[in-house]
Order: sequence, then C-alpha cells, then structure tokens
Amino acid sequence: MSYRLGVDVGGTFTDLLVIDEVNGRTYRDKVPSTPHDPSEAVIAGARQICGHAGIAPNELALFLHGTTVATNAVLEHKIAKVGLIVTEGYRHILQIARSLVPGGLAAWIVWPKPEPMAPLEATIEAPERIGADGAVVRPLDEAGLRANIARLREEGVEAVTICLMNSYLNDTHERLVAGIVAEELPDIPVSLSADILPEMQEYERALTTVANSAVRPTVSRYVGNLERELHNWGSDAKLSLLRSDGGLMSAEKSRSAPVNLLMSGPAGGVAGAVWVARSAGTPNVLTLDMGGTSTDVALIENYQARLRRETSVGHLTVRASSLDVKTVGAGGGSIAAVPELTRALRVGPQSAGAVPGPAAYGRGGELPTVTDANVVLGYLPENLLGGSFKLDREASRRAVQTIADALGLSLMEAAAGIISIVNETMFGALRLVSVQQGYDPRDFALMAFGGAGPLHGNAMGALMQSWPVIIPPSPGILCAYGDATTRLRVDAQRSFNKLVTQTGDDDVDAVIDEVTAQVTAELAAEGVAPEDQELRIEIDVRYSGQAFEVPLESPRGSGIADLVRRFDEEHKRLFTFNLSAPQELVNVRVVAHGKAANVAAQTIERGNGDPSSAKLRDHSVWMEGAEREAVIYDRSKLRAGDVIPGPAVITEMDSTTLVLIGHVARVDDYANILITPEKN
Amino acid sequence: MPARIVQQNQSPFALVSIDPVTLDIIENALRNARIEMDATLVRTAMSPGIREQGDAFPLIANHEGKMIVGQFGSFIDGFLRAYDGTIEEGDMIFLSDPYSCEGAISHANDWLVLLPVYRNGRLVAWTAMFGHQSDIGGKVAGSMPIDAHAIFEEGVRIPPVKIYAKGEYNQDLVKLIMHQTRKPDWCAADLNALIASCRVAARRVDEMCARFGDDVYVSATQALLERNYRAMKTLIESSVSTDTVSFEDYVCDDGVGYGPYKIKCSMRREGSKVILDFTGTDPQSDASINFYLNENMFKMFFGIYMIMVFDPQIMFNDGFYDLIEVNIPEGSLLKPRYPAALSGRTHALGRIFDILGGLLGQRTPEFLCAAGFSSSPHLMYSGRDKHGDWFQLFQIGFGGIPGKPFGDGPDGHSLWPGFTNVPNEFLERYFPLRIERYEALADSGGAGRFRGGNGILMSYRFLADGSVSIHDDRWFTHPWGVNGGKPGQRARKILEKADGTKTVVSNKLDNLAVEEGDILHFITWGGGGWGDPLERDPALVARECRQGLVTREGAQAYGVVVTEALAVDEAATAELRASMRRDTNDVFDFGGTIEALRERCQAETGLPPPCPPVWHHQAMAAE
Repeated sequence: MSYRLGVDVGGTFTDLLVIDEVNGRTYRDKVPSTPHDPSEAVIAGARQICGHAGIAPNELALFLHGTTVATNAVLEHKIAKVGLIVTEGYRHILQIARSLVPGGLAAWIVWPKPEPMAPLEATIEAPERIGADGAVVRPLDEAGLRANIARLREEGVEAVTICLMNSYLNDTHERLVAGIVAEELPDIPVSLSADILPEMQEYERALTTVANSAVRPTVSRYVGNLERELHNWGSDAKLSLLRSDGGLMSAEKSRSAPVNLLMSGPAGGVAGAVWVARSAGTPNVLTLDMGGTSTDVALIENYQARLRRETSVGHLTVRASSLDVKTVGAGGGSIAAVPELTRALRVGPQSAGAVPGPAAYGRGGELPTVTDANVVLGYLPENLLGGSFKLDREASRRAVQTIADALGLSLMEAAAGIISIVNETMFGALRLVSVQQGYDPRDFALMAFGGAGPLHGNAMGALMQSWPVIIPPSPGILCAYGDATTRLRVDAQRSFNKLVTQTGDDDVDAVIDEVTAQVTAELAAEGVAPEDQELRIEIDVRYSGQAFEVPLESPRGSGIADLVRRFDEEHKRLFTFNLSAPQELVNVRVVAHGKAANVAAQTIERGNGDPSSAKLRDHSVWMEGAEREAVIYDRSKLRAGDVIPGPAVITEMDSTTLVLIGHVARVDDYANILITPEKN
Repeated sequence: MPARIVQQNQSPFALVSIDPVTLDIIENALRNARIEMDATLVRTAMSPGIREQGDAFPLIANHEGKMIVGQFGSFIDGFLRAYDGTIEEGDMIFLSDPYSCEGAISHANDWLVLLPVYRNGRLVAWTAMFGHQSDIGGKVAGSMPIDAHAIFEEGVRIPPVKIYAKGEYNQDLVKLIMHQTRKPDWCAADLNALIASCRVAARRVDEMCARFGDDVYVSATQALLERNYRAMKTLIESSVSTDTVSFEDYVCDDGVGYGPYKIKCSMRREGSKVILDFTGTDPQSDASINFYLNENMFKMFFGIYMIMVFDPQIMFNDGFYDLIEVNIPEGSLLKPRYPAALSGRTHALGRIFDILGGLLGQRTPEFLCAAGFSSSPHLMYSGRDKHGDWFQLFQIGFGGIPGKPFGDGPDGHSLWPGFTNVPNEFLERYFPLRIERYEALADSGGAGRFRGGNGILMSYRFLADGSVSIHDDRWFTHPWGVNGGKPGQRARKILEKADGTKTVVSNKLDNLAVEEGDILHFITWGGGGWGDPLERDPALVARECRQGLVTREGAQAYGVVVTEALAVDEAATAELRASMRRDTNDVFDFGGTIEALRERCQAETGLPPPCPPVWHHQAMAAE
C-alpha cells in the first residue's frame, strides 16, 4: 500500500488530502490552523485524516507540504540575525543596494527606505579579490579575516552569508572563508552565494543568499519539528516541501536552501489550478486567487505555469525561480477612499485586514471595503461560512454611503463603482501576465478561487473575454491538491555566454550532457529512478548586447539553427522587431521532474439539468444599474449537468460564487462551475 | 509654419460626460500602458545607460499633444509649433535637436521618438519616448565636451524628421545618423527599443478606444486634465502666498575655469495663478553647462513637488499648465541663444530641483527638505583593450539624498525616478576595469536630526590605458542643510597612480589620460542635513559608527562622544551638547558665503577657486 498526503497551511484552516497511489482514491479533511506553531495542526490533521480513512501511519509513502513559514518570517520580520561577509571595499553593498528609489519624481521625499536584511554592523569584509576572469587577484588574508569575524561573534549573529565579488566564476575563496567561519563560529549555519545563486550581479546574489540565511533557522526548526513528530507517530513517509517554482524539494534540501520556499503558498494554488485544469480539459488558464488583502494571478499554458527568475515577498525581491505570480494589493478587505483634493475613487492598497476587517464583519471596522460593497449589492448574502458568521448589512451600507456622498452618487452606484475599480486593478495584473507577454486572453479560461475569487471571477472573465470562468469545488482546498499532485523537481544551469557565431551544436550538447548528468543524479538521490525522470532542457537566448534573455525549450539534438529561428519569432511576438546582431546563448538549464501522482478528480452524480433542488431561497441583487431578481443555491446540492441562469448566488462553506446577468453557470462531472455568456 | 495635421476623418470628437468610475478605470489603464512602455524599453535596449540605469522617459499625450501620463510634461506643442511639415497616419517623428522643440529635450544625446496614433482616420493620441544615447559622435567619446562653445561640437543633431513616412521606413536616414556615432550598435538597438515602446503604448490606446469608444476615451483624457487643474488650483490658492519669495543657488563652474553661475527664481501668486520668474539668473555660459529649460517641463516639476504629498496615486498631467506662468530671460543660463553648447546641462537641471525645494519650503520650513540634487555625475572611460577592441563606458553615479522632514536621506541613492546603478560585476566583465571600493562615504551626509545621505566613494582601477571624462558639480558649493541641519560634504575626484601619488582632479574634465593600474577615486556629494543635529538620538549616532556610516570624529557634529568601543559616552555627550546649543534661527545653512568659499577653496578642496564669470557675448540676462 502506498499513499501520498498533501497538506496546505492557510491562515484559518489547514487543509489535507490523501491520495491512494494505486487507485487514485482521495480523502479530504481540514483542521483549524495553529499559527503559533503551524506544525501542530499539520500533525494533528495528518493523524485525523488517516484515522478517518483507516490508513496506518507507516502506509504513507510521501508527505507533501506547501508552507508559508518562510514567507511569514520575512513579512513579520521574524528572521535570524544574519552576519554578512563581503569582499573588502563592499561593506555597504546592501545599504546602497541598486540606488533605486521606487516611484516617480519627488518620490524620495516620502519613501521610507527599508533597513538592510543583514545589519550593517554585522557585515564584515574579507581581504581578498577574484577578478572578472575568475583569476585570483589578491589571495585571502586568513588572519585578517579571523580578526574581522570577532565582530560577528560580538554581534551574536544566528546565521552567516558569504558573498564575494565574482564568486560566480570562481568559488574557492567563498569556500575558504566558509571553512574559517566553521572554525570560528561552530554551529552557525553558513550560506554561500556560489551555492545559492551562482550568477553575475553581486547585489542580487548577496541579497538572495542573505534572505536564505535569514529564514534558515526558522525553516530548519519547522522541518525538524515535523520530522520528529512524524517519526513519533510511526510514519517514515518521505517529507518534501513545495518550492516557489511549483516543484517539490526534499526536507533536507529545504533546510539548506529555504529561499526557494518564499512563494510556496501561492505556488500550491497554481499547482492545484493546473490539476483542476487537467480534469476540466482546459490546457490554457488564467488563475485569479483573491484573498482578503491581495490577489495573485498567474498564467498556465498547456497545463504548465509560467516561471520567472525572481521571487517577491513584501519589499524583498530575490533571484530565485518562482511561478510567475503577480500580486496586487486588491482583496476583499481593500479600503475604498476619495482623496479630498482630486475627488478620485481609490480602492486599496490599504486593507482592513482581519482586524478590524470590513464593516460588515462587525469587529469594529468602519471604513468601506470591497466586501462591504459586495454586501450592499447583495452579492454576499448573510449566511456566509455556512451560517455561523453573520454579516452586518447596515454597517456596510453606512460605510459605503460615505463614498457615495463624497462622489455625489447613489449608494448602489458607489458600491458598484468600488467593485469596478477593484476589478480594474486585478484586470491590470491579469494583463501583465497575459497581453503583456504576448498572449491573447481569449485563448484562455479563467479560474477563480481563494476566499473572494468566485465573487469576482465572472466579472473578470467578462473584462478579459476569457471563457469559461471555472470555479473549482471547495476553492479553499485547491492548494492541498496542488501540494499532493505536483512532482519532485531538480534544476541546474550553467552560464554559457557564447554568440551563435562562435559555437556549434557539439559545444552546446556537451554542456547539456554535463548538466543533465548532475540533475539526474540529484533526483536519483531523492529516490526517483532515472527511467522515471522527465527532463526539460532550456536555453536562454538574447541578441548580443541585450540585458534580458528569452528562455526557450530546446530538446537534446534540436540544434542551434532551430533555436535561433524560434528566438527570432518569439522576439518579434514580444517586442515587434528583430535585430541583425548575432544571438547569444546565455544559460543552459536542465530541469528534471519526478513521477506525477496517479490521481483523477472525483466525479459527482449526474442530474437532469434543473438546479431547483439546490435552491435555498429567492434573493435580490443590484446589477447593471437596477435591482434584479436572483436565486441563491447551495453548491453541495448541485449535480452534474445543472444549468443556472444569472443572476444567481451559489454558496458553499468557504466561498460564494456570483453569476452575472446575461451569463449562465453549468456544473461539470467534477463539480466545477463553468460560467459562460448566455449567447455562447 | 506650424505642423499641419492631416486627418481623413474631419469630424471632431463628441465630448461626452464620463462617470467617475470609468474615468478612474481609464486612468488606471493608462498608468499600466506607461509601465509597459518602460518594460519594453529596458528589455530591448542595449546601452548600459538605458538598459541598466533607466535613463529614458515615456509619454502618452491626448490628441492635442497634452501629456496624460509621463514624467516631464509634454513637449509636443513646442514641436508642433516649430515643425514645418505634415503629420499623417503612419508617420513617426525622430529628433534630437533641443533648438527645434523649444528645449523639450535638453541636449542632443537624448533621442526622441514621437508617434501620432490614428484611429478611424482621426488623430486620437500621441505616444513618445526619449532616451540618452551613450555616444552621438562629436569631439569626445560620450559626446558631451565640456569646453564646447557651440552645439556643432556635440555630435549629430537631428531636426524633426520622419523615420516612418506613411508607414514607410526611411532606411537611408537611419544609416546616415548611425554613421556619425562611435557606438552604432547601441544606438541602433536603443532606437528600435524607443520605437517598440511607442508602438506598445499606441496599441494600448487603440484597445482602450475599442473598449470604451473613441469619444469616451478622448473625453476621459479631457476630464483627467481637468481633474489635475482643479486639484492644483485648490492647492495653489491655499498654499502659495501673494508675497514674492525667491531663492538662489549656484552651478559651481563651467569646466573651463569660471564660476559659480547663479540661478535665481522668484515665486508669487496672482489670483489662482502662480508666477515663477528666473530674472536674476546669470547669462549663458561660453562653455556647455547651459540648460535650455522648457517652460512646460518646469511647470511639471513644480506641479509634482506641490502635489506629491496630497495624493501620491494621482497621475500627473498637463491639465494645470494654465495656472502657472514661467518667465525665463532670453540669453540666460536657462534659455541660451542658438547655437550655444548644451551637452553639460545636467548640473543646472539638477540644481533646478534644489531651487524648487528651497522656494516652495521657505514659508513652511517644517516641510522643507535639504539640498542634494547636485547633478547626475557622469564618468566616461574609453580606449582600446588588449585585443585592440574599442570600449566605451558611460556611467551615471549617485550622491546622498537630502535629509527630509520624514527621516534620513538614504545613502548613495538616486533622486531621479527609475534610475539604478550598474552592477560592478557587470562593469568588470565588459570593461577593462576593477571596482576596488564601493561604499557610502562616512560623514559625507550633513549632520542633522535627520541626517543627509552619504555620498558614494567608488574606486575604479583601470586595466587598460584610456581616456576619462568626468562631469560633476557641488564641489565648490555645498548641498545646504535646513532648520539647523549642516551642509553635506562636497564631491571630489582623486587620481592615484601606481606609485601611490595622488592628485585631486577637476570635477568637470575631458581627455584625462589614464594608464593601466591607475585608480580613480570618484567621490560624490552628501545630502544636506535636516533639523538640529543635537536632537538626534545619541544611540543612533553610535550605531551608525558601528555601521561605518559615521566616524567617531563625525559624531562630534551631533554633539555625541563615542568611545573606542563605539558606544555612547553619556557624560561627555551631555557636556559637549551643552556647549554646542544652536545660536541661530536661520532656515538655510549654505556652509559660508561665496566669498568665504572662494577663500577656503584651495585649502579645503585641493583645487583653485573658479574665476568669477565674464560674459564674452552680448547675451545678457534681463536683470
């Protein structure tokens, strides 16, 4: 017997999903989260779901886990005190950063510069220098370094990062320094920039490696707790964590390179969306994960989410691969305001958060939020969260009325305006991942999830002209599906940096073989036999002299000529022109994936198309400038094939779906709600 | 003859009323289009000045040429007044001559592309982008000869021409221009990037028109202009006095031995209108530090400084221009007569912002920032490497940001929007040099309750013989402090030879021969301090000593005595502070009069003071 367990920790609930690897059967469960130590709920949930499903702990083969432990450590600044060792002359590398002041002209007047992630008083210099050709310009002065390390001891650093100039070409000095640190500061974890990010650009390399050090003790403690508790429970399941790029990494690797976990949370949602897209048979999907304070959007093409070479959390942007998820400060809790001077309607990025929350929650919030606008318009009926949670409709009306008064609009017009503005913000984010990358949104479906996504999904589909709009079942548990169904992933890359005029297919193939051997061995060490591995080879191409590369897939043996032709096509699609400059092959990258889970989505009973047995009650909503008759349905009672004309509201425990006038919702065999315009 | 706009469809746009929500949606979409312009440019340009540092400026204007989104205000009306020709569908205009667009771009290194956007036979919008080219030919590498006496010495100068005429690309024109530069590869790619960026924005405008209707879109741009007008009117009436206030500051020298040059601006309100008058500014220079200041651009700078604090999300546009009148005397440093040289205009451009700050803040010192907008320090290094290949570096540096009412000025950051430094590993990989030191120079920021940002010390070790040009300012005058804050330290450049001898070199020079192994210490200015330094927390001063941002000696300026172990000596600090109580209520601290600076110049800077300017030409400022 072999089972895999996916666990996703959310702010309120920890979701669990067990999959029988033999027959694909699934079991779902959720337990309240334990924010003080998330591993408590994880283990409690694991025991509970296995108990209910009758699975013994030793039958679990894989324990797959998406976690926001690293993300929260950064956002809440509960990070380790990091000592940073840099090349002599570069002590202020994090202080000067890239010299950029975000915003327009005069933004410097109001910009609060964040403090460096590794304190300057704990940044020391190593007397040494490597040149831009990789040669040693000045050998490491060991005695001088040891004297400087005394400073780190005085400062009581909890982790150390080493980032020396040009170490991406020659890492011997970084390793020498690491050896000395190990002697001088035993038991302090050390991260090397040459291990974490062997790439040009000293500031980004330093910052990324510092971020790694900063979350390392927290992640290490967390993973250690989980492993210990799993062991105590009697399970020897292999623990893997979901990386920001949607792949899985072993627990052991995650303890040394946790910077790859910073976007583990959103990656779970996108990975889950990929899985739903497969069951719904829609290879191209835009995802809209709308929560209380922010919304994440991403683009999935042919069942693959786009990747980017950066990860951003709060003010921090590091150079670690992540799914190309754009986040905007627009969510259910986003506050609407009208600045006195310009009389413009602004929504967000300020958020009422969970406390005091929207006025409707009755927790002391008085400012109008997106949720309040939804309540006023009737889109969010009172029995949110299965009736256990009352909404204060009057409070919402009072709050939104302040906007109406400031703009000289009626209450309903103001509420509809707030919804339009927040939708427009999300529209901008969706365009960033689609139109701006040269994709036509009409070729994509739109999948809406997260607490508020299903309320806004239909409207976003209309703005993007992306149909159908897919609302997956239990939008809250989507992340756990992602955790459980994604695959182990290992990747590695080499700088190649040769013009196509200066190299040949043999040179390229030799590098591909070398990198392939490395990733294959690494994934084999994680327990995936080479024959079960799937390889993807990518080469980054640009015109000589450009700063940005276009990554292109390049299967072994496909040849440079074909690659160059495809690059020219892609460049034209993205930027409307080609150049006569020769193309440069910048990086060669190989990604190895493990086996996918054998898991099919569960089907629901088929009905006769009439949803009336799921009807809860009649209702009225404000839509397109008038009060409209609508019906509220209970999602759990809907059957496959049911057809629901808009306007309608469909409720379930963790979310509410809104179907707009002129649109129709259909339920498919897997309980997905698919919304399309009526005329289609 | 002004430009003649040819439209197949002559019917005027119908002005329709726009509900506030649609208006905000269109505003948002325009903002996104502008972000997309920047992204396209940076991803496809090749010169490090644009692709790494971001020295480029986008614009989307309405059909009348008024800026709806952008940074520096619209220059299209000036261009239309001066352009003798037709504008037709499928045209694209290319230009670089400041004298042909009323100074919309201020030196010939900036290449400007203008795209009229047509829809259904009517002009609905303009998109434009300009970017700084690293080399456009002329007498020195980098094309900014300090000693130029006329614009003819500053490289290729492009009058408004059609790079596309009715959709037809003018290959020969581009070939002719590229033939004039030392870096045709960079220029060609950057020009393509400017074009691609304009096209992206044009496509977005077209989509918006399709989504909302042409009339709605055009009416919305009108409403956005009006929104800015209303906001600015309220602001002006409530915060600008009818009494005249004035402020003056200086560009240190002209690079050929004369200086400082005074820039003076006065401000007063008449009704709802602000009058900004540069009378009292020195006459134009014989050398290249002249700055042809476009009046509209200055209106935009003024507007942005006024409104920043009140609605930071607002999208600035040209709507408020009628509320502001700018008077710049002909023949002055800010409106030189053709064919005055213009390439070194960066110093006066930077100084304009310090002047604006000083002018606006005088009545409300609590909102006043210190000085620090020195200039954009440039370094050019060119020659042939060991393989005999030509190399040419153009790099923009940064100083310290001024102390401000909301806190310290950041160390070594850019006051220009969107500008970044170049990674040193990138420099070392592609140019024969090594950066041996790159740090925020301790004590260079002026002391204050909120400290001025430190300048940067960047030590270039040259690995090939070559030639260096330097453009910097604030080496003679200080970035001033305010409300008791001290002035920041001044810029310095030191050439260190292989044998260890050090020479202070000028902050404006061309053709400095450097040899393999030489080190150039390129030191930029620190920002001025804000508020009484004695009010700064002593623990913070000691912490900054441990951070290498302030020295133990520098801590004395805050009245703080720091022990050898870099902790606060409480007793000694109390004593020192008691002896230092502030005895003046002057708002500004310039670090001395011009006469005093002149006297101390050689001793303090290692350089002789500049000679008072003599005006060789008839052009005189209208005093």
